[in-house]
Formats: sequence, C-alpha cells, structure tokens
Amino acid sequence: MFDETSTILAHEDIGGGYRHLVLRSPQVASAVAPGQFVHIKVPSLEQSALRRPFSVFNAEDGVVEVLYKTVGRGTAALGKSQVDDKVQVLGPLGRGFPLACRGKALLVGGGYGVAPLYFLARTLGAEKCILFVGGRTAGDLLALDRFAALGVDVRIATNDGSRGVQGFVTAPLDEEVNRLRAAGEEFEFFTCGPDGLLKAVADRALALGAPGWISADRHMICGVGACYACIQKTVRGNARCCIDGPVFSAKELVW
Amino acid sequence: MVIDTRVNLGGLEMSTPLATASGTFGYGTEYAGAVDYSCLGAITAKGVRLDPWPGNAMPRHVEVPGGLVNAIGLQGPGIDAFLAHHVDEYERLFPGGPKMIVNIWGGTVEEYAEVASRLEAAGRKSIAAIECNVSCPNVKAGGHTFGHDTAVLGRLVAGVRAATRLPLIVKLAPNVGSIAPFAQTCADNGADAISLINTIPAMAIDIEKRVPVLANKTGGLSGRGIHPAAVKLVYDAHRAVKLPVLAMGGVYEARDAVEFMLAGASAVALGSAIFSDPGVVRKVYDGMLEYCSRHGFSAVSDLTGALAD
Repeated sequence: MFDETSTILAHEDIGGGYRHLVLRSPQVASAVAPGQFVHIKVPSLEQSALRRPFSVFNAEDGVVEVLYKTVGRGTAALGKSQVDDKVQVLGPLGRGFPLACRGKALLVGGGYGVAPLYFLARTLGAEKCILFVGGRTAGDLLALDRFAALGVDVRIATNDGSRGVQGFVTAPLDEEVNRLRAAGEEFEFFTCGPDGLLKAVADRALALGAPGWISADRHMICGVGACYACIQKTVRGNARCCIDGPVFSAKELVW
Repeated sequence: MVIDTRVNLGGLEMSTPLATASGTFGYGTEYAGAVDYSCLGAITAKGVRLDPWPGNAMPRHVEVPGGLVNAIGLQGPGIDAFLAHHVDEYERLFPGGPKMIVNIWGGTVEEYAEVASRLEAAGRKSIAAIECNVSCPNVKAGGHTFGHDTAVLGRLVAGVRAATRLPLIVKLAPNVGSIAPFAQTCADNGADAISLINTIPAMAIDIEKRVPVLANKTGGLSGRGIHPAAVKLVYDAHRAVKLPVLAMGGVYEARDAVEFMLAGASAVALGSAIFSDPGVVRKVYDGMLEYCSRHGFSAVSDLTGALAD
C-alpha cells in the first residue's frame, strides 16, 4: 500500500455526469490488480474531509485511470481538479477479481461499473471476455471505444432503447448463457454496477452453479480495514467491503 | 537540540507521546505501509470483549461539517480470535514496534474483569496496557452506562483493577456535567490513567427521506470540530486529579497535539485525522519536535500542563 502524491495528467468531462481522471501514480500503477481500488484525497475539500474510493479503470506505464460519476459533495469537488494538480492516492486497496477464468468470462457492467471490468478484460485477454453493458440511456454507456480497441465482444442494453436492445442487460446476458450451456461451454460471471444488477448476476451464478465474482460498492471511511464502516453481509458474518472485498464470491454474499 | 520524546502514561512507557485512538486504527496492522509507525509510542486496538460481536446495521457513518458521525457498534471477533489472529499478526509485522493498548468492553463488571485478566494471562509482549471503554455511545449494553454514574464506574474500575496489573486507562465520556468526579472516581479505584474524549453523542437526519441517516439512528461525533471541547475536558481533568491523561479528539496538526499537552495531557492519540491522511502521524510528530525546539523544551513530557497562566 502506498500513499502516493500523484499528478493529474488528464481530467475530462465525458458527458452524462461522468468524468475520466488520469493520474501519474507509478507506485500504485505497478502494484494494482483488476477489481482493486484507490482512496483519493479530494484537494478542494477541507483538510479533514474523508477520502473517496474509486475502482481502477486501467493501470499501465505508471498511469492510473479512474471513471466516476458526480454523485455527491466529494465527486463534485474532485471534478474541479485540473491537469497538473497534485492529489494523494492511497492504494492499491482491497481484494480484486480472480485473474484466471475457466471458459468464457461474462463481464456484466452498469454505468461506471464497467471501469474495473476494462482492467480485468485487459488482464484476462479480450478473446476470453464478453462485455454485457447496461444503462438507462446511451449516455450511461462508458468506455465502449476502449473495449472495442481491446477487441472485446460487447453486448448493449439500454432502458430507453437509445442504444443496443431495449430493456435490462440481463436479457442479452441470459441469451448468451443459454447458448454457452447448450454448447456445453464453461463460463464465469464478473460484475460491477448498481446493487440490483449485482444481485441479478449473483442469482444467476448460484442458480447455474457457475462462479460469480461480485464487486460491491459501499461508502467507506478508512479504505484499509481499520474502521469497520463499510460492511457487506456474508455467510461468515459482517465483512468489510474495503479489505475482505470489494470483490466477493456470489456464494459468500447475503443480500 | 535533541528532544527527549519519551513519556510515561501511568506506567506505560512510550517512546513518543503519540498513540492512535481506539476504533480508528483497527488492530494495528491495517495501515502498514501508509502510516509511519516509528512516530507512534503506542497503538490502541479496537474494542475487545469476551465473545464475537456483530456491530450495528449499515449505514454506520456519515460525513458532517467538521467531522463524522459513526455508529459502528463495536464489531469485533472476541478475545480468543483477537489474541490468536490480530495480536499474532501485529507482532509478526511490527516486532519491537509501538506498544499495544487494548481497548476492552463488556456488559458486566465481571466480563470486563475477565477480558482484562485474560489479556494479562496471555503474556503477549506487545500488550502493554488496557483501556477500559465506559463511554461508547453506540452500544446500549456496552460501556456507556458505566460512564455516567460515579458509583457504577467505581465498581467497574475496582473490578478491572483487581483483575490485572497492566497499566489501566479508563476512557471517559465527554457528555457529563463535570468531568472531575468521574476522573476522581478512576483515581480512587486504582486506575493508572484516563483517556479523554470518546465521541460526542450526535445525530444526522436525511431531510428528504425524513429519517435518521444512521441505521442506529444516533452515533458519536469525531473529527476536527470536537477538538476545542476535548481540550477543555482534558484541562478540567488535569486540574482535578493527579492521573495522567491520554488526550484525543480532533488532532489534525501538531498545534492540536501541543494544545492537548499544554492543557495537561501526558500523551495524545490521533483518530479520524488518519482516515483523511495517514501521513498526519509523521507531520504531527515532526511538528511537536519543532515546537519543543522553538520554545526551548528539551523533553516533550515537559509540555504537560505547561500553561504560562
């Protein structure tokens, strides 16, 4: 774990209330694995403000990338930070995704939940992965160009039908699952996004007896397992999302 | 000038005047790599009781102006797992590192006494003192009731005192009419030191949903905003009794720690500030030494109660 003084290399508004933050953070970049997160001290907030956790979208060549949505005071303040500003980045933190997969890796993301799935796809290899991505509208579909550049097969659903099939992302997911089962192929689920999506994927993993890797999202205080604020209920009792997770097996989770 | 950084907190010899506050620093290992442990004279392990305890429902915290309100609810593994896993891990990662103060709690005097007795009997080299929590605002059965009645507090302190020879620190509640009789009760019943302050009972409401933000409805306020209130309580306690004081509450800079020492503290704990900046431990330590140099103090312990009046 490092608490690295990092420089903002780029910080773009990518529409829909989302931002893409690029940090020069060589220590964190060289150590972080897909599904892990960083805890960022927002420069323009008061000194005593808590840090904000962000899953890592990509890390290579000394650079850490983050995708986030402006949802509250912290992310709104972070949005004011500019290129060349310095920020403290604590990481890498938490338990990420397994870095091996039997059969197809079915990546299921909603909104900025696609962020760690991109890093995962790069690590597992694009040919292993299919990305199922959902959003309310086309503006909630992030980083599709990056997934395309990797060569990942992408299936899209939007609630309003503005891109891909209309409805929930579970429809194209179920279609592919049925195809794989009919062909006798193995697969695992990897997901990050809103709780409803996580539960839908976890339910499928359990029902099908396939491994399911669920990245949970909780408000955090310390990010390192010290304070016990970010609890995720599991079959072993109250686990800490920040250090026992954020990635949990579908079998561990209690909803 | 070389500054002597050693302090003695009621028999607990610390290599520096800085500690960590219970509940903010896990079991001492979680911040490895981010906090400079060489600046710490002690760490305080999160509340330990006899049996495992699940803590409160989520949400357990909310950020507020000047700090945060938490109601974690003393989640913990119980003393057996604490000794077997957490103390082992701490001693493996930090052999010869900061001494460990173990914060303890329970539902009865006997439970507190048994935890204290088993901590001493374990004979672990890192475990150097016991901090008796009589002031957690978030668990009805745990501690709080002991801290608001001097007769009940006296029985508890005497009971734990009889169970251990380890330095015994009693962590008092801030929300009492006068701290002096509580501090005196600790002194009269054999405590070696007192720690001040625990979080201040607090509440936040989601006005859109018209519900309390925390699942526990109420919690305890910590952070920058509570510091002046803590300084006043440390000052009052120091004037009331001879017991050394471990001061905590809103230390974010060296000046906050120096303020505590001048008010009468023998040592100072950092808490919520570490959440925002693990580097704060080093900054506060360096700043205290710089202050001592600038003001001609050759020992940090000389700062205790050194108000010019």
